[in-house]
Amino acid sequence: MRAKPTLAAAVLALASLTACGGTGAAGGDGTTLTVFAAASLTEAFTEIGDRFEAEHDGVRVEFNFAGSSDLAAQITEGAPADVFAAADAENMEKAVEAGAAADPRTFALNQLVIAVPEGNPDDVAALADLAGRTFAACAAEIPCGAAAQAAVDAAGLDLVPVTYEADVKATLQKLVLGEVDAALVYRTDAIAADTEVDAVEFPESAAAVNTYPIAALEDAPNAGLAADFTDFVLADDAQAVLETAGFQQP
Amino acid sequence: MSAKRPRQRRRIPAALLVPAVAGLAFLVLPLVGLLARAPWTEIPSRLAEPDILAALRLSLATATAATALSLLFGVPIAWLLARGDFPGRGLLRALVTVPLVLPPVVGGVALLLVFGRNGIVGAWLYDRFDVTIPFTTTAVVLAMTFVSMPFLVVSVEGALRGADVRFEEAAATLGAGRWTVFTHVTLPMIAPGVLAGAVLCWARALGEFGATITFAGNFPGRTQTMPLAVYLALQSDLEAAIVLSLLLLAVSVAVLASLRDRWTAAAA
Repeated sequence: MRAKPTLAAAVLALASLTACGGTGAAGGDGTTLTVFAAASLTEAFTEIGDRFEAEHDGVRVEFNFAGSSDLAAQITEGAPADVFAAADAENMEKAVEAGAAADPRTFALNQLVIAVPEGNPDDVAALADLAGRTFAACAAEIPCGAAAQAAVDAAGLDLVPVTYEADVKATLQKLVLGEVDAALVYRTDAIAADTEVDAVEFPESAAAVNTYPIAALEDAPNAGLAADFTDFVLADDAQAVLETAGFQQP
Repeated sequence: MSAKRPRQRRRIPAALLVPAVAGLAFLVLPLVGLLARAPWTEIPSRLAEPDILAALRLSLATATAATALSLLFGVPIAWLLARGDFPGRGLLRALVTVPLVLPPVVGGVALLLVFGRNGIVGAWLYDRFDVTIPFTTTAVVLAMTFVSMPFLVVSVEGALRGADVRFEEAAATLGAGRWTVFTHVTLPMIAPGVLAGAVLCWARALGEFGATITFAGNFPGRTQTMPLAVYLALQSDLEAAIVLSLLLLAVSVAVLASLRDRWTAAAA
């Protein structure tokens, strides 16, 4: 019991030390840029944030990663954020309509792949190979499910998954647990689960490409830096980071 | 008579009344919040959607099946815990309550690890009989039973401990066998406890979400129960989700109220 307050105190001390270090480098004028970004951007944006900090003395980038619809709701309710990066156009549109954001720019694309167990034991090469196999997909209510339906329709196939999962991670989990032969997920999710699954590309996924828009917010506490950050995300350095994570360039 | 009533009312001690009212407010206010946001005009059109009716029907059927399974297996478990005399009973009692503590999603993964295609039991079922349990209505019932049976066991065990064993002993000395004692003396004595446990169990099964979506997946008409339909509606349309929740609430309250009337009528 006694260890707890001591640990908390140590963490606090450490946190304040780090904060001091940050402001010290900027000559006592540290700035924090707050970026609200879609959960699927977690790995890529953390890396991009580090690179942005390295180029901007005394600037600290703080992220709030969550589902795009939650973030859009927080922003329209007046959360003090500088930048919004969404996983679909629809949620960015909500922020724009509420007057919280303007002129969003597309900075990345995400496409569906067929995730299969490592080594592809069933030799799945195309969407049509899913016929007669059990596979999982997202529910139509969420973006990856709408994309899956659009891709299947574009292929002119009558494929029905064995389950319509509530989110893309749960869809992939069914594959990792071995309950399905394949799963329709985003390329970035398949890459993040690299060691356990292989990703099979299929041409019909072009019919349902997900766009990721970014915008500096109207009420940004650091308007100048917010504009710098959106430019930074669209520049080559950050684009390379996104590509490694499995995103495509717009 | 009229003089007696206020005196009785005054007898409720403030030390009980104040926390009771505060607690009730805490339980009821979220419901008020839902009612306030509900788009009442949408309810009839929602009720006409075939997927919603299918989800409602599936929920009622699977929760009832799970309650039946829980009664079949849970009452004997409760008897063992309350009347059995064997080493490790305390540990067994703790194990029975594991599903209460386990986050339901983890319970669903655990069920997959046992009954899934690669699970301990599931792999055998698949190889020998070509049977797969996940993604079927059976999986929904199993997930609900796993999560809700402990509620029944705990209620029935409590009732058994409260029941006077002297009646059972008297029946035994009069020559009744142990099974006859159980069916003719014990069960009638603990009937209220069994009913309360069954109601708790049914209500918990009806609201089950995490274990179901993990173990049984989500497929309209087959494994999509009302809580799953509500969760998915929540992804795109808050008001639709509220309508569906209220529908589930109204139906379950109606079922419980009508059952209650039947019990009291039967008792009278």
